[in-house]
Amino acid sequence: MKSLSRILAILRKEVRQLRRDHLTFGMVVGLPVVQMLLFGYAINTDVRNLRTAVADQAGTHLSRQFVAELGQTQVVDIIDHVDSPQQLEDLLRQGKISIGVHIPHDFDRRAIDRTRTALHLLVDGSDPTILGVAKQLSMMPIGFDSVNTIDMGPPPIEVRPYYNPERRTPVNIVPGLMGVILTMTMILFTAVAIVRERERGNLELLINTPVSSAELMIGKVVPYVLIGMIQLALILGVGRLLFDVPVRGSVVDLYLAAAAFIAANLSLGLFISTAAKTQFQAMQMTVFILLPSILLSGFMFPFEGMPQFAQWLGELLPNTHFIRLTRGIMLRDAGIGELLSELVFLLVFTVVAMSAAALRFTKRLD
Amino acid sequence: MNGEFAIEARGLTKRFGDLEAVSHLQLNVPRGQIYGFLGPNGSGKSTTIRMLCGLLTPTEGSATVLDTEIPGDAKLLKPKIGYMTQKFSLFGDMTVLENLQFIAEIYSFPTKERKARVEELLDKYNLVAQRKQLAGTMSGGQRQRLALACSVLHRPPLLLLDEPTSAVDPQSRRDFWSDLFRLAEAGTTILVSTHYMDEAERCHRLAILDHGAKVADGTPTELQQSTGMHIIEVRADDPYRAQAVISAIPRIASVTQLGVRLRVLLPETVDDPVAIVNSALRNAGLDVTAKLSTATLEDVFVAVTLKPARQAA
Repeated sequence: MKSLSRILAILRKEVRQLRRDHLTFGMVVGLPVVQMLLFGYAINTDVRNLRTAVADQAGTHLSRQFVAELGQTQVVDIIDHVDSPQQLEDLLRQGKISIGVHIPHDFDRRAIDRTRTALHLLVDGSDPTILGVAKQLSMMPIGFDSVNTIDMGPPPIEVRPYYNPERRTPVNIVPGLMGVILTMTMILFTAVAIVRERERGNLELLINTPVSSAELMIGKVVPYVLIGMIQLALILGVGRLLFDVPVRGSVVDLYLAAAAFIAANLSLGLFISTAAKTQFQAMQMTVFILLPSILLSGFMFPFEGMPQFAQWLGELLPNTHFIRLTRGIMLRDAGIGELLSELVFLLVFTVVAMSAAALRFTKRLD
Repeated sequence: MNGEFAIEARGLTKRFGDLEAVSHLQLNVPRGQIYGFLGPNGSGKSTTIRMLCGLLTPTEGSATVLDTEIPGDAKLLKPKIGYMTQKFSLFGDMTVLENLQFIAEIYSFPTKERKARVEELLDKYNLVAQRKQLAGTMSGGQRQRLALACSVLHRPPLLLLDEPTSAVDPQSRRDFWSDLFRLAEAGTTILVSTHYMDEAERCHRLAILDHGAKVADGTPTELQQSTGMHIIEVRADDPYRAQAVISAIPRIASVTQLGVRLRVLLPETVDDPVAIVNSALRNAGLDVTAKLSTATLEDVFVAVTLKPARQAA
């Protein structure tokens, strides 16, 4: 009986403390709900609205009918019409489309002649899910009448996977993983580094010295930029040696992108450090950022397959933009100039988060 | 070094929401003296010190600290003050030497003299043997010496010490205070907050704070002579019962038990206080005697912090 009452005492204490710890309480309630919503909506294997461009060199009634039917599947979202397969490749490399439809000028004849491929689907093969969707599309009948579809022979549509012809998962995962690892370490390191000093009282000493807030922040953040660069080199090295993940584009571009991404994450870490009172809170907040950075960034699921609201959320995350940059540079040999909007987002994010952190930091002295 | 006072506060006030942490504080701290802030926890000592070094902006009022106006450009002030936080705030995972070197760098202490200054401080504050020791593994007294050494490294003319000895044993406190006297002797002005009476007694002057307001100030002797109270000491075998009896006497200000003794405070306007106490005790059948005593600083403290409560009642 005594043991029971002691257990109850501890139990009551625990519940009482939990109720007062709003952040933990928020996680208890918020995490399952948010996770369910994210997973439920974002994890959607029937991908829809893949951005697609068409190069219709035939321009016949049949080809136009095919393109129209393709659009009606809602699997693809035809956003552009171009003249040549080269232009499709450019769009693919720039990450503007996932699928390019090339209809050759002798399309009509090829469609009847079942021994030749009637048209090509140029697919960004770095994402296996998208590749799978393209495979299904290639089963689509090209029909002016239903009789022909029963004909024997290979499907007249050929899928050409780009960038990952062997269809190996690491090739897709590693560039994204870089973003996830850097998100986790960079945000957590900075947030904890500052909150720890506040917890231990070091900060009260420091702000009483001639050190300015800006000097303090720069001095604290720069070592972590270097750590981020080392981590990046490690991931690239291991990816290369063990998983044979290529870096097709320029390493300099990759490091430029990483520098902007690290800066964005460090600013976010600084911002968290101004909001968190304890190291534990800083960790909790990092998890809040980390989860969507894994689920909604296009790392796990094709970005285009997510519902609109999840895409909006995803667009706000630095990792979304960094993954586009790394996949572009590493797998598609895209130059950083072709992915400029992603880089610009990261820089704007850095400036905004840094300003917010600096504003809150000076306020906290009061 | 123009004015007579190192610190002059005029109506300094700080409110946090509804709470008035410091209320219309007037303060004159003469140069080269040790000035004490005596008060219980939450009386506004730390808040005042933080306002004086520019960490907090006053809600109302102003101050002049070493010819710098508060509120104003606290940046000019920082190199001129040394500040010691209530909680040990140096880096526990760095050695004594590393901590001192870090502080020297932060204050841009001239590079050439840096090494000599650090050695001098290690020697002066008896930390030579601990130079390679991690600050976090040192005893409370050693940490305190290190914190003081760090706060005086850049030779500030003003030291602000926020309950520097609250986690230190009596011997270390004595050593600490002899260090403070040495610094004051060399011309440093020291503002130190404490809730220890014996420390308050060592100050040249002190201010007693209660609920954010200054309730008394002066030299310790002045304060002891102007309590406005009769101090009566009672020796009793049964101090608990005696206390109950004395508390029932009308106009009694306070009764405090110290072992078998009771310190009784009665307003000065009461005539023949000893007789009143004695007759009350005799009527209760207690065979004890009361006699007049002189005020200790603790009596002063009790007297001045009681006043507002009495008036309110």
